[in-house]
Amino acid sequence: MSGTDEIERLIELMSRLPGLGPRSARRAVLHLIRKRALLLKPLAQSMQVVADTARECLNCGNVGTSDICALCEDEGRANGLLCVVEDVADLWAMERANVFKGRYHVLGGTLSALDGIGPDDLRIPQLKQRITAEAVSEVVLALNATIDGQTTAHYIADQLEGTVTLTSLAQGVPIGGELDYLDDGTITAALNARKPL
Amino acid sequence: MDWRDTGILLNTRKHGETSLIIEVFTPEHGRHAGVVRGGTSRKLAPHLQPGAQLDLHWRARLEDHLGSFTAEPQRSRAAAAMGDRLALAGLNAVTALLSFTLPDREPHPALYKRSEQLLDLLPQIALWPLAYLRWELALLDEMGFGLDLTRCAVTGATEDLAYVSPKTGRAVTRAGAGIWADKLLPLPPVLLGHDPADNPDIAEALRTTGHFLSHHLAPSLGDRPLPPARGQFIDRLARPAAG
Repeated sequence: MSGTDEIERLIELMSRLPGLGPRSARRAVLHLIRKRALLLKPLAQSMQVVADTARECLNCGNVGTSDICALCEDEGRANGLLCVVEDVADLWAMERANVFKGRYHVLGGTLSALDGIGPDDLRIPQLKQRITAEAVSEVVLALNATIDGQTTAHYIADQLEGTVTLTSLAQGVPIGGELDYLDDGTITAALNARKPL
Repeated sequence: MDWRDTGILLNTRKHGETSLIIEVFTPEHGRHAGVVRGGTSRKLAPHLQPGAQLDLHWRARLEDHLGSFTAEPQRSRAAAAMGDRLALAGLNAVTALLSFTLPDREPHPALYKRSEQLLDLLPQIALWPLAYLRWELALLDEMGFGLDLTRCAVTGATEDLAYVSPKTGRAVTRAGAGIWADKLLPLPPVLLGHDPADNPDIAEALRTTGHFLSHHLAPSLGDRPLPPARGQFIDRLARPAAG
């Protein structure tokens, strides 16, 4: 339909990306071709570089372009704080907030009996090693407020109990949230975690 | 084809980018799966946590199709469970066992009612382990592997019941057990309804019921291992500090 097999192939590959289907992929490819110098060539070069260099950090599981990522290399972050997240997207979300100044540990998922993911399938043994090796004083369990996320958090807490201070993220009303639209579970959690003004 | 019912959410799986396949336990239609379109959205996802009580509308072109659900939240149980390790382990055990044991689309209204009551009791975690034990006995009974703990299978006596036959699930007295005592399962007093019982006692009783789940019920379902969530709940219960 696009005229050449190469372009069809590009559309087909683009349509596999999250959030894109065949129609939106076709629009994106057409846009790239029209902005060849401005978008298509720099994009192709960037993708080539990332394809050649992207790898998982051997220490924390973050995705970077070297064996040890920039966050782990940063000595300023060796302050004894370690934030445990489910996957790289969560790490990046935490970094966007620009509040946490410690190091991270990416588990690579959550425990799930349904999907057959047990403790050995996650990076929990590495977490234990890092706590000792990096003299971690506090582990922040920043896992999703889902049943699977909290089951994993409690499992890790069991494993680390007595060795380090364990904290978790608060649960409650999101910024800009309206009570009327919140589920009753969130309202319950927010009320239980109320604080004096 | 369509129906409307209430139900307990047992588990969810991602289906494509935005949808979920959910499995629910309903009074009229038993354990039933279906797709929830947009189930991963910010609006719906918080409500679709295991244990949630949902108002469900199922539609499909043919009866044996997977079909799709429209799910309206009635009440969440996640918040009550997430704050307490034992409650969370308990919720996981109940939903996993229901998913494991219940036949597809076969109504079990009595077990449904007991399951709903048990999950509604989650905030009262001190009472919950005993309620769970009774629920598990009811589950075995509903699935056709109920224990008969009313009288001794050997002597007919109703006093001094101390063992359970691992083959028949019937109680046996000390006198009736004789030299076979070491081949029988212990019958903790809590299984006979003798209160009070602490959590390690209940954990011991659950090891006895576990024998019938793993050696009788599971083989009838294709000999899959019991869901690990049950074992994790018992491990937590067995700890002296638990609860």
